[in-house]
Amino acid sequence: MAEAAIERTWRSHGTRRRSTRTLRVRTSGALVALTVLAVLLVPPIVQLDQQAVDLAAKLQPPSWEHPFGTDDVGRDLLLRCVYGLRVSLLVGVAAALTATIVGTAVGALAGALGGWADRAVMRLVDTFSSVPHLLLGIFVVAMFRPGVWPVVVSVALTHWLSTARIVRAEVLSLRARPYIDAAVSGGASRWRVTVRHLLPAVAPQAALAAVLMVPHAMWHESALSFLGLGLPAHTASLGTLIQSARGSLLAGQWWPTLFPGLFIIIPTLALAGLAGAWRERINPRRRSELML
Amino acid sequence: MLELRAITAGYDRRTPVVRDVSLTVEPGEAVGLLGPSGCGKSTLARVAALLHRPDSGTLLLDGAPVRHWRHRAPREVRTAFGVVFQQPRLSADPRLRLDDLIAEPLRATGRREEAPDRVAELAATVGLTPDLLGRRPHEVSDGQLQRACLARALVLRPRLLVCDEMTSMLDASTAAALVAVVEDYRRSTGAGLLAVGHDRTLLRRWCDRTVHWDDIARAGGPNPRV
Repeated sequence: MAEAAIERTWRSHGTRRRSTRTLRVRTSGALVALTVLAVLLVPPIVQLDQQAVDLAAKLQPPSWEHPFGTDDVGRDLLLRCVYGLRVSLLVGVAAALTATIVGTAVGALAGALGGWADRAVMRLVDTFSSVPHLLLGIFVVAMFRPGVWPVVVSVALTHWLSTARIVRAEVLSLRARPYIDAAVSGGASRWRVTVRHLLPAVAPQAALAAVLMVPHAMWHESALSFLGLGLPAHTASLGTLIQSARGSLLAGQWWPTLFPGLFIIIPTLALAGLAGAWRERINPRRRSELML
Repeated sequence: MLELRAITAGYDRRTPVVRDVSLTVEPGEAVGLLGPSGCGKSTLARVAALLHRPDSGTLLLDGAPVRHWRHRAPREVRTAFGVVFQQPRLSADPRLRLDDLIAEPLRATGRREEAPDRVAELAATVGLTPDLLGRRPHEVSDGQLQRACLARALVLRPRLLVCDEMTSMLDASTAAALVAVVEDYRRSTGAGLLAVGHDRTLLRRWCDRTVHWDDIARAGGPNPRV
């Protein structure tokens, strides 16, 4: 009797937890799919000019004709948001990929070589991370003309550090495994040990770090653009949209800031949710800490 | 011939695990090294197989002193040793199928074309069926995986085998089969053997000579840091 009750509570607890998790995964998955479809399909299908200015229809609140309203020169905000998301997502993915490749290379180098090379590389990483990374990012974009690629470079150059740390730690722990000893004894060169045995083993961790970094990189793009240093003002990105809408917010027009803001928050949370679920699958012991 | 002279080794210079140990394996000789767990046998085996650099002492391979360990050791010196470890799970790359696992040393040393024949031959020797060769480590038992690890150790025809507790995770019949494989290999090639273990009966029957850790290590009591 008592055992049955315990089992029932245990089971109901288990199913409830599982159902919230699948709900989270499903919602996140649906939102990410929707985002990707929107940025890929909307521009070619609707074929409307996101830059079309209509001064007669400036700063209109949301209506059937303009579901998200219009901005201060009468451009349709829904269209601008989708185009902006497109740019932000491109920057996010490109920056996250670059950062992960750089981070994995540096981390694997440090971990595989060990000794003084490891110490030197990791002190370099420490030096980089002692500077606030937004500041460093601003410094990098300020050296170039505004555009997509300087932003990608800036975000990538400031975000390879955590991946380098993760990969190095993983490589260091793998390096002590007997199968690496066996490979060394079998005549494998350092390069072969790294490429054949170490990198494939850290690949899931690195891929996860890359996915977790996409939302973070999107936020950085928005932050840089909001500060007026990222993308040129006429390129719709979520950051430039919010930046240009700052003035109208004070005049009581809430829609030009709210909708781009939601376009930042929702896809990034959805991506982070998916990545978090993936991390729970590959490493159930570390459940917390989303890298946002 | 392998000579270890006054080897001191460990993972921290201040507290070495192995202190002043000397051991010789004559050409073609099988030496069993007995000792309690945690005494440093495995560390000594790793030093002997050039996988761990000792803090001091000399290692002579066929009379020539060895100056470099791990990757720094010349490839032909490194591959003169075939190593089998205690835990097959940890000594096999979980991503490689068993045939790739066995062929890996041939590929690493640029003898890729010999791989199919040699793998088939060794699989038959150690008793692995062709369907097992297509599986990954998590799909086979410990005993089967250890057979593959032994095949990998033999694939480059080493002059010296270092078996670090090779049979301690295995059931008696698999252990006997693997010992028989090692003995066949030694009879046909005249390779030397350093077998490390704590099973006195097995090592006595297997090896030409068994030495106890206390007899080769400098007197000074057991190491406090095990």
